Amino acid sequence: MIIQLSQLLIGAINLIAAFLFMYGLKRMSSPVTAGSGIFVAGIGMVAAVLASFLYAFTVEPAAQPFLEINLGLAVCALIMGGGVSWWVGKKVAMTAMPQMVALYNGMGGGAAAAIAGVELFGGKATGITALIVTLVGALIGAVSFSGSLIAWAKLEEILKAPMRFWGQQATNALVLLCTLAVGGYIIFILKTGATPLLTMPHLTMLFFACALLFGILLTLPIGGADMPVVISIYNAATGLAVGLEGFVLQNPALMIAGMVVGAAGLLLTLLMARAMNRSVSNILFSNFGTVVKQTQGDIKGSLKPAAAADAAIAMRYAGSVIVVPGYGLAAAQAQTKLYDFVKLLTSAGVNVRFAVHPVAGRMPGQMDVLLAEAGVPYDMIFQLDDINNDFKGTDVSLVIGANDVVNPEARTEKTSPIFGMPILNADKSRHVYVIKRGQGKGYAGIVNPLFYEDNCNMVYGDAAKVLGEMIEAIRGLTKAAA
Amino acid sequence: MNFALHINGFVALYIFMLAAFAGWVIIGQVPAILHTPLMSGSNFVHGIVVVGGLFALLNASTQPEQIIGFFAVLLGAGNVAGGYAVTGRMLAMFKPSTPNPTAHATPAPKG
Repeated sequence: MIIQLSQLLIGAINLIAAFLFMYGLKRMSSPVTAGSGIFVAGIGMVAAVLASFLYAFTVEPAAQPFLEINLGLAVCALIMGGGVSWWVGKKVAMTAMPQMVALYNGMGGGAAAAIAGVELFGGKATGITALIVTLVGALIGAVSFSGSLIAWAKLEEILKAPMRFWGQQATNALVLLCTLAVGGYIIFILKTGATPLLTMPHLTMLFFACALLFGILLTLPIGGADMPVVISIYNAATGLAVGLEGFVLQNPALMIAGMVVGAAGLLLTLLMARAMNRSVSNILFSNFGTVVKQTQGDIKGSLKPAAAADAAIAMRYAGSVIVVPGYGLAAAQAQTKLYDFVKLLTSAGVNVRFAVHPVAGRMPGQMDVLLAEAGVPYDMIFQLDDINNDFKGTDVSLVIGANDVVNPEARTEKTSPIFGMPILNADKSRHVYVIKRGQGKGYAGIVNPLFYEDNCNMVYGDAAKVLGEMIEAIRGLTKAAA
Repeated sequence: MNFALHINGFVALYIFMLAAFAGWVIIGQVPAILHTPLMSGSNFVHGIVVVGGLFALLNASTQPEQIIGFFAVLLGAGNVAGGYAVTGRMLAMFKPSTPNPTAHATPAPKG
């Protein structure tokens, strides 16, 4: 009786949880409802976790004697894992968001792989379908785990240069083949009952070791600039692994949540790759960012430095200004200063808007988050497609710490590494001011001809310092007028 | 009455197909401005794996199973708690400009 009641409750609560996950994600599709979306999904999660303690009433006879220990272990693991993650997640800086997502995603992949491990060590997966699904889920989960950890280390700049060696792709393929071979051998042994060359636990460990190694080798050669796409792929992969293990455990909530995330992550990955004008396979298997051959045409014009105060006053008396923020803004932690400056302009009657490139920042949409953190209302922030035609009639574009995303070479220069990437048409506005630390190049390592155009002036210096000077200049004007 | 679920191969494929389609459609409508919180939010959602971890750990009957099950729950709980914390923080920052009408992007005469 108690068993059936538990099963009924678990089934009902998991059904509600699966609904709340999808409803929560749906609410995240608009900035107005997004905050409540994560809350809705959170309720589903808490309910599902609490309900899973009802599994205590349905455990297999073999596990009965260990139930108390297992319950204790479960509570310990929940409090330890949840507590540390919660604490870190609450205090980490907003600029560190991409690596945090990588880290938490890796944990999810590791958990999926560990579930598969329990099934394999306990010999619970029977039947050819369940075995194959367990092993595939284990492989994807383990690759996502070790790969995400490497991605985290790269974004955290623990690992700096991309690591490449001769025959790398052949090595990776060989390791993957080994993993698949060991997996196939495990299935063969379990189905035929033949005597294995190694004991079953050893075989399982070998399988996981190969899978983890593959995740590391796959991620090592990829440069830091491409990490967001890699994290997105691993996010989708973890979702898939969770969905597959959900099938093994006969839990539809895991299947639905995992597969929803798998599909969503795949779509997000494709959107990101398209924004960078690169294919996903190109990101995973090419050596972007090491040696970029410089075959640039002649650049006409010269770099014309301007004083921060002059630029500020020009914007103060402009009718319309579009701000193009890049990662340099975030690196200088100048978002709040920028918004203070923009508030001065808007209160003087200037029409100011923000134009955000899909790959501004280190993760698509990260710049939006950083601007929102500074207090910029989301209806002042415009995406590439919505604002690109408006540059033409705009008086001033203010480019801050962005380079490749406003490089007009992407439109014209076929030999350029960024050719074809959609860019913000800052060069089409009547005047352009570029705040830049120095004369260096962007991520892609190429010179930006926009900076040499007649209508472009460079304001050199740290973004926070320059914006401070700009604010001073405008305040000075107001005081002089009063 | 028996409420234990039995999902065989084809039923699983139906569930996977519909869930994948739902995920694709739900995310397809999300504006680029929310892509980072959304990646983090979907990262939180696959934290449901912790439920699978709990099931595996409670049914563990040998020491290796207990150890691996413990790590499954530990990692899954980390995924859930961290994913919720960072997503919630990011989404709490998105505010409309309505309380401050001067900041609204309307063309205004030159000052």
